Amino acid sequence: MSETGIGARVQRLEDRRFITGRGRYTDDINRPGQAHAYFLRSPHPHARIRAIDIADAETAPGVVAIFTGRDIKKFAPDSDDLLDEDIGGLICGWMIHSKDGSPMKAGAHPALAKDVVRYVGDHVAVVVAETLRQAQDAAERIVVDYEELPSVTHTAKARDAGQPEVHEGIARNTVFEWELGDKAGTEAAFGTAAHVTTIDLTNNRLVPNPMEPRAAIGEYEEGDDAFTLHTTSQNPHVARLIISAFVGLAPEHKLRVVAPDVGGGFGSKIFVYAEEVICLWAARRLKRPVKWASDRTEAFLCDAHGRDHVTRAQLATDRDGRITGLRVHTIANLGAYLSTFASSVPTYLYATLLSGQYAIPAIYAEVDAVYTNTAPVDAYRGAGRPEATFVVERLVEVAAREIGMDPVAFRRKNFVTSFPHQTPVIMAYDAGDYDAALTKALSLHDYDGYAGRKAESRAAGKLRGIGFSAYIEACGIAPSQAVGSLGAGVGLWESAEVRVNPTGNIEVLTGSHSHGQGHETTFAQLVSHRLGVPIETVKIVHGDTDKVQFGMGTYGSRSGAVGMSAINKALEKIVAKGKKVAAHVMEASEGDIEFKDGQFRVAGTDKSLAFGDMALQAYIAHKFSGQDLEPGLKEGAFWDPTNFTFPAGVHICELEIDPETGVTTIERWTAVDDFGNVINPMIVEGQVHGGIAQGVGQALLEGAHYDAEGQLVTASFMDYCMPRAHDFPTFEVGMTVTECPSNPLGMKGCGEAGAIAAPPAVINALTEALGHENVAMPATPAAIWKAAQGLQRMAAE
Amino acid sequence: MASVSLTVNGKAVSGDIDPRTLLVQFLRETLRLTGTHVGCDTSQCGACVVHLDGQAVKACTTLAVQCEGAHVTTIEGLANGAELHPMQAAFREHHGLQCGFCTPGMIMSAVDMVNRLGHDLDDHTIREELEGNLCRCTGYHNIVKSIGAGARAMGTEPMKVAAE
Repeated sequence: MSETGIGARVQRLEDRRFITGRGRYTDDINRPGQAHAYFLRSPHPHARIRAIDIADAETAPGVVAIFTGRDIKKFAPDSDDLLDEDIGGLICGWMIHSKDGSPMKAGAHPALAKDVVRYVGDHVAVVVAETLRQAQDAAERIVVDYEELPSVTHTAKARDAGQPEVHEGIARNTVFEWELGDKAGTEAAFGTAAHVTTIDLTNNRLVPNPMEPRAAIGEYEEGDDAFTLHTTSQNPHVARLIISAFVGLAPEHKLRVVAPDVGGGFGSKIFVYAEEVICLWAARRLKRPVKWASDRTEAFLCDAHGRDHVTRAQLATDRDGRITGLRVHTIANLGAYLSTFASSVPTYLYATLLSGQYAIPAIYAEVDAVYTNTAPVDAYRGAGRPEATFVVERLVEVAAREIGMDPVAFRRKNFVTSFPHQTPVIMAYDAGDYDAALTKALSLHDYDGYAGRKAESRAAGKLRGIGFSAYIEACGIAPSQAVGSLGAGVGLWESAEVRVNPTGNIEVLTGSHSHGQGHETTFAQLVSHRLGVPIETVKIVHGDTDKVQFGMGTYGSRSGAVGMSAINKALEKIVAKGKKVAAHVMEASEGDIEFKDGQFRVAGTDKSLAFGDMALQAYIAHKFSGQDLEPGLKEGAFWDPTNFTFPAGVHICELEIDPETGVTTIERWTAVDDFGNVINPMIVEGQVHGGIAQGVGQALLEGAHYDAEGQLVTASFMDYCMPRAHDFPTFEVGMTVTECPSNPLGMKGCGEAGAIAAPPAVINALTEALGHENVAMPATPAAIWKAAQGLQRMAAE
Repeated sequence: MASVSLTVNGKAVSGDIDPRTLLVQFLRETLRLTGTHVGCDTSQCGACVVHLDGQAVKACTTLAVQCEGAHVTTIEGLANGAELHPMQAAFREHHGLQCGFCTPGMIMSAVDMVNRLGHDLDDHTIREELEGNLCRCTGYHNIVKSIGAGARAMGTEPMKVAAE
């Protein structure tokens, strides 16, 4: 292993700009002549807009223009005039069909509300002013006449008779009633089960909260009739495609989307949002750059939220403790509008993982998706897979306890042990060794010492618990044909282009986007490894549709397995071309050229040509004719995976409850993950740490809560409990490796594992400590105090 | 409008500003020092931490006019030219950052922590002291490691901190 190649703990190349304050995030960018946008948002969860009076606001200092939903019309061709036709609305790009075959019911989603607002924070008007503070001041002088309408926010109640319709005419607020699996076979399994375990659970609604709030700058170049959008996006090409093809603001070749440094995403920056569309439209209308930057409260109100399921799940087991069936009914809250990929999250990203790490012969899942008067819900770190893992790992734990088996032994008994393994819910697991991860985790954790530690805690008046989570996820998304057959509107390949300059340094253009994952380092490691060149000579270019031709972006832990595989393919082409050049230069047969450690060699001789010298020869083209070989050295590749990848592992949470205060302290956390081959262990461990923190946050601290009046009462960091440093111990992180056969690098993906694994590990530990299963997320000190006090009363009685 | 004069990263600066202008707005918008970030509007996240007369403050809850005559150090002023401050170097060495957005505030808070509490910081102390700084990427694991290492390095290396 070279010091900068695959497997090396290379310090990050991108860090210097971040640690010196020279990062370049969207809000750090200012364009000449720019004006500032501020959005007036609905204070009501559901209301009809009778009238909007902007006359007074328009006279406020610094105001450039104020637009409402009725103004956002299409531009006439080659003209500044507006047609009497709205621009396209925001779309959901994944079609789901209900079990009766009908397509999902997608309510109209205009960028600015026209007649009805459907959640607190919905976009009512935009004020554009010389400064942000002037725009904010003017917005306060807009008078909106609302007719308040009844609202519904509660997931489980949204389908009830008598509830108000979020979108008029969409009955029972039902987006779709979807199913997956073998209903009859599963019912048969339950009919003959020796034991049935039933749990009811809520997967709490979360707010992603990347530390950088969203921002957007729209620009219009009149001379070229061309637009530029700087935005906080995880997938700028997808944003361009949607804004072009569906919103219809500009053709793709006249719209440049730039996602510069992006301060975290976790899914919430995948989607195309109203503010991006309106900044572009206003820039065209006003012939000035228009900038918008979200504040944190706006982020709470309007960034797509995550999770929000209400589920009943059952597990059937036979007399020997083998799982024979699993069935699930879930109501998934999708909020007031369908966000960009909302429909895929509680369906194909959720129910396809309900087999977990276990050989389960029969599975049946029903998912009813509902509209409510809440912020749209879409992918958040893990996206469907944390919800599935929470169901499976709670079921397994509770089942083991109910039938009197050790949860570890119960899991072992039911693990999938041979591969490939076809589950009853689409997925075909390609490789893994679940027992190896479990064994390693138990050892790293000192599970044998747990009983002693629990006794010590008891002696000190504390309750100690241990919980397991043996998770699996499907990531590296995904084979385009496969997702197309499931309703995706896009393919999920990735692209790469490798440009070697005459002086031998290398620019790699990737369709992946880095917003914390360290691509500028890991991708360069791959290049350094494959080409035998110093890592400093490699530059990774991403996030600009004018530079990178196309790409699908970063989410679903896909950038390594899919993005780097595309780079790998392009590098193979570079080496192949390099051999041709080297053959001409060294006057040898191409078949005799070997490439290793950055040198082209003629086999069996001492003749060699360094990679950089070959590059120069490729460009000066003195040693071959243009008829024999094209000059230059640039190769591109599109790579489409053959399967999802299946990272899996075991996380163990050991915690202690203080029954006097209800405070839960995580004492130990052990994670053993199988990510396949790893490019940079330091970065991978960092991904695991961050994922665990978000998962623990979901289990213990975080919960977005709408009150009975439809107000989001957790809309700031004062009210929504973000995980802090003192909420965690030092994590013990280990790895096992089974190579992924579905990509040339043997990689599986690591970005979401922690967030997927952690919540059930925490709740399994809490319930073990408390001795009963009735613990909801977030298990706040208040909730745990009540539970612990109940225990003490029972003990006293 | 109000006028304000202060020293930022060793340079005298002044400006005529709306009196309600926050220090972070003055730094970012007037001086174009965009390393100091705004991550919330309730003084919780700490992405905006700078040093005001040698002490860590949240620049999102400090009015620029309050800083008349003061010395402010931002993340841009921490390194000694091309040579990183030991705390900056420690964050890079120990992978104490991912997306980088909270990082300037984390580093400024960390340096202040060392200034107040010394060079031998245990993990528990560091975690408690980070109450005012949020990170969504790292799970804090490597930030704690970075600050411990950075604190030790500040104790052993000659101080190369820019004048504060």
